[in-house]
Amino acid sequence: MDWHQQYIGKVKHAVFHTQKTGRKRVLVSTEENVVASLDLRHGEIFWRHVLGTNDVVDGIDIALGKYVITLSSGGSILRAWNLPDGQMVWESSLQGSKASKSILNIPKNLKSDKDDLILVFGKGCLHAISSIDGEVLWKKDFAGESIEVSHIIQSPEVIYVAGFVGSSKFYVYELDAKSGELLKNNHIALPFRTSGESLYVPDDKFLVLDDARSKIVTININNGDINYNQKQISDLVKDSSGQAVILPSRLPGLSALKINSQVLLIKVTNEGELAVVDKIDNTAAFSNALSISEDQHVFAFVQYEDNKIHLSIKDVNDWSRDLLKENLVIDHQRGNIEKIFINNYVRTDRSHGFRALMVMEDHSLLLVQQGEIVWSREDGLASVVDVTTSELPVEKEGVSVAKVEQNLFEWLKGHVLKLKGTLMIASPEDKIAIQKLRLGSSEKSKMTRDHNGFRKLLIVLTRAGKVFALHTGDGHIVWSITLNTLRKSEDCKHPVGLNIYQWQVPHHHALDENPSILVIGRCGPSLSAPTALSFLDAYTGKELNSLSLAHTVARVIPLPYTDSTEQRLHLIIDFNKHAHLYPRTPEASEILKHEFSNIYWYSVEADNGVIRGHALKSNCIHEVVDEYCFVFRDLWSIVFPSESEKIIATVTRKSNEVVHTQAKVMTDHDVMYKYISKNILFVANAAPKASGDIGTATPEEALLVIYIIDTVTGRILHRMTHQGCQGPVHAVFSENWVVYHYFNLRAHRHEMSVIEVYDQSRADNKDIWKFLLGKHNLTSPISSYYRPEISAKSQSYFFTHSVKAIEVTSTAKGFGS
Amino acid sequence: MTLFRSILAVTLFLTFFITLSPAFQSDELLLDDEEFGLEGGRPQSRPSPNIATTTTTPTRKRIPDSASDSKIQFTLEHAFGDSDFSEAGNFSARLKTWSHGAQTLTKLRFSRDAFTAVEKNKFQELLKGDDFYRIRLPSNVLSPPGREYIVSSVKARCLAGDGLEEHFVIHTEGVNILAVNYGAPGACPYPRQLKLPAKWSFKSHTLLKNTEQAPRTPIFTEEVLGGEGIEGELIKPPERSFWAKYWMYVIPLGLIVMNAVTQAMNMPEEQAGGQGGAPQQPGTAVQRGTNPGVRRR
Repeated sequence: MDWHQQYIGKVKHAVFHTQKTGRKRVLVSTEENVVASLDLRHGEIFWRHVLGTNDVVDGIDIALGKYVITLSSGGSILRAWNLPDGQMVWESSLQGSKASKSILNIPKNLKSDKDDLILVFGKGCLHAISSIDGEVLWKKDFAGESIEVSHIIQSPEVIYVAGFVGSSKFYVYELDAKSGELLKNNHIALPFRTSGESLYVPDDKFLVLDDARSKIVTININNGDINYNQKQISDLVKDSSGQAVILPSRLPGLSALKINSQVLLIKVTNEGELAVVDKIDNTAAFSNALSISEDQHVFAFVQYEDNKIHLSIKDVNDWSRDLLKENLVIDHQRGNIEKIFINNYVRTDRSHGFRALMVMEDHSLLLVQQGEIVWSREDGLASVVDVTTSELPVEKEGVSVAKVEQNLFEWLKGHVLKLKGTLMIASPEDKIAIQKLRLGSSEKSKMTRDHNGFRKLLIVLTRAGKVFALHTGDGHIVWSITLNTLRKSEDCKHPVGLNIYQWQVPHHHALDENPSILVIGRCGPSLSAPTALSFLDAYTGKELNSLSLAHTVARVIPLPYTDSTEQRLHLIIDFNKHAHLYPRTPEASEILKHEFSNIYWYSVEADNGVIRGHALKSNCIHEVVDEYCFVFRDLWSIVFPSESEKIIATVTRKSNEVVHTQAKVMTDHDVMYKYISKNILFVANAAPKASGDIGTATPEEALLVIYIIDTVTGRILHRMTHQGCQGPVHAVFSENWVVYHYFNLRAHRHEMSVIEVYDQSRADNKDIWKFLLGKHNLTSPISSYYRPEISAKSQSYFFTHSVKAIEVTSTAKGFGS
Repeated sequence: MTLFRSILAVTLFLTFFITLSPAFQSDELLLDDEEFGLEGGRPQSRPSPNIATTTTTPTRKRIPDSASDSKIQFTLEHAFGDSDFSEAGNFSARLKTWSHGAQTLTKLRFSRDAFTAVEKNKFQELLKGDDFYRIRLPSNVLSPPGREYIVSSVKARCLAGDGLEEHFVIHTEGVNILAVNYGAPGACPYPRQLKLPAKWSFKSHTLLKNTEQAPRTPIFTEEVLGGEGIEGELIKPPERSFWAKYWMYVIPLGLIVMNAVTQAMNMPEEQAGGQGGAPQQPGTAVQRGTNPGVRRR
């Protein structure tokens, strides 16, 4: 194995574990459903668990000082992991009747040997669980009470469960902590509707906004009595235009209210009175409170000011003084700071020091201490949307040295280091530097094209809208860029990166032109959202151009034609069944006109069980004739019977794949000619009953039907049924073969099959005399309209492992194919 | 007493046999019946309740219970370029209903309507424009058009050869048509030449195609599961023959025995020469004695 990288994804929750003994670590749960323990010093992963795709982590905390507790799957699965090694200690599945907010509440007890209760609210039920073995001690069902529970508050004797019924009745239940018995049930009806969000302010108050967001309401629960105070926001601030939002930071005695870009910090007195403590402008993120001693609670916030980032840490009670104020320099490519978590440590001078974990807009994770980034993780790479490859630059004679060694000084330094190394006077740091230099100049990680085409750039588009270029030799990041078209903005609230294509691959000017990449994005998840295109330089990552399109994008078809600058022609099919040609140049339009009748494509309607073939028809007729817009027609359709088959996988060949040998010599010296077509599609269908998870269907009702389809004419070239088998199907199509992986229910095992398609019409070209006399048909053009004379050979093998993805290697000379 | 007991035993055995045998027989019959239906597709002359419950296909209502196959017809429609579809011909097939409820199409026949003058004109226009000639079929032959039509198209210039020659390969799944491979038999690579057909009659070839079964991977789950099932439980190797087990003992033993036998064979000879020969020795001696004696004579 050359290299292996592990990522965790965008961090949702983080819990620090900094005991005096042992290594310091931070526990995180992420949007990719990963639970991980990271080294606080270097950011490496101690352990990591990737939960299932439906097993979304709702909460993470530490119990007993040795267990990591995670609540997932909408509050129905509670697990304890051993803190040092990440092994699962116990798992409880919690039953409930209705979906609800899920809350994990673990009391912070300084004495860790006591058997703490874990309180979990999920699926309309409150569970008290022993943290030692995960046993459910008692359970109280709130499903019948129609209450939207939003807070669970634990005091040593009593548990308070608070929430709204409807939008104006606030209920508080008091439960006995030992038995879960209902002690008291109290409620208050507010004379107005609320916005629904509420904040708990220790020790016994809740803050609520009314639904016009103009009043702040303090609800006070004192020994079972509930009363409320209200105050107009305009009384607190003069300029209160704009929506007020309560920030969900838990700060004792303090609450944060965000109005526009300003954050008001409001002190809640014991009598329920509100007073503005401070106004902070341009805030990016607030942390929760961290208690550093019995009565000292601190919190952190980040401010943006003239391209500078300030991190401030303040005491909740003593507002006048900054415990820490630091300026940070963070790369613009990382975007805004979205979340911040703080942790304290004791400095060498015995004062309090603080470090902050920051989650950035591009999903990366930073640890900041003393105003510097101690480590960073590019966790955007955990959620890759699309990948393409790019060839590296051709090696130029004599230039490569200057490329590797940036300048003369660097070059000299390198030589001095090497000299030191040979004279054995190098210090350990020098040795590391020498190692790095050697690695950098080693054959594997060179930034130039190799003879066999093993070295390439992997261009990766992540869910955060960041594009990375990774080197295949050692996996290092060559460049990365956050695309402006894929960043959140006023016009585009939820941008989505869709696809990445090779836009321009220079062959004729490979020495002096860089290839470029096309990134396609959309504003929002719906198909009707507007489209944005970005063009990037594949070697430097610079954005060359970006376009916002008037039309939508449903599908992108790279055509097998390039213009004189070697830009590839692309057809973008929109939501309204129009095809748009890119690049929008007269030359491209001319090329398309010439090849107009040779352009075919297909579309798969997986839900409907229909595959259709299309061809271009004519220009769009709007008010004026748009030369780059076309309408198309359906040429063929394949309709799978919906009662017996459901499309679960479709795979085609890579469009840029090169086939190096067109025949295969069999063991008996026979020659078989490969049936090689670019327009070929593999489809796997499963019985509708057996299209769920493994184990939900019996072998009798499971069925896997596979098809090989010519996408120009819609002909089924091969069709085969695997009885008693089901998906998930992972397949790869290359040259004339397809390999697919599925589950055999009869044998209780995964199985892999290969189908090779051979061309029978060329089968007689075996006589050497025919070759000499030119009487062979090997050079005759192949047409999809030819009646296919093919033979398909199939073999199946048991394969003990499950598969997540399957790909085929591609090298310059067709190694291993 | 013993006679009485034996009679009792015989009657007991007989009653046992009699009570057992009918149940046993009926079981076997049922099994046999089902299997027969599966393999041969014998017409269900006697409707048995057991089989009737297994046929649950919703389309079954259309076919009378007694008949196993019925004739069915569906139309082929065609369109010239982007024109609307119109009727072009008729497919007829036999719908075979198997006893387990599945239905398949067999014996496909096709009769094509000749082109009318208008259609000929349209087709010639297609040839000039190198445009598509399109056909469509229902996706369900019992309730056409089913969910949607199955469409296929071919460049008109591909069809026009000497006459008009076309190939239909219809992929079916029960009463559903999945797809139709439609086209001309010969090659027609781009760029296609304009050529008007000499004759305006279609030569049609049709073929029904059903799915192939994938070669089954041998399932040795039983053994493997037994082997993997519980750790520590040893897999018993199959009982080997006596020879396979004990040849290493048997052969040396055999050798020893043979050795002993040959020795024993030799021994008696020697002994016959030594011990048993003692009374004869005088005889030999007599002979020896006599021979010289004879020579002497």
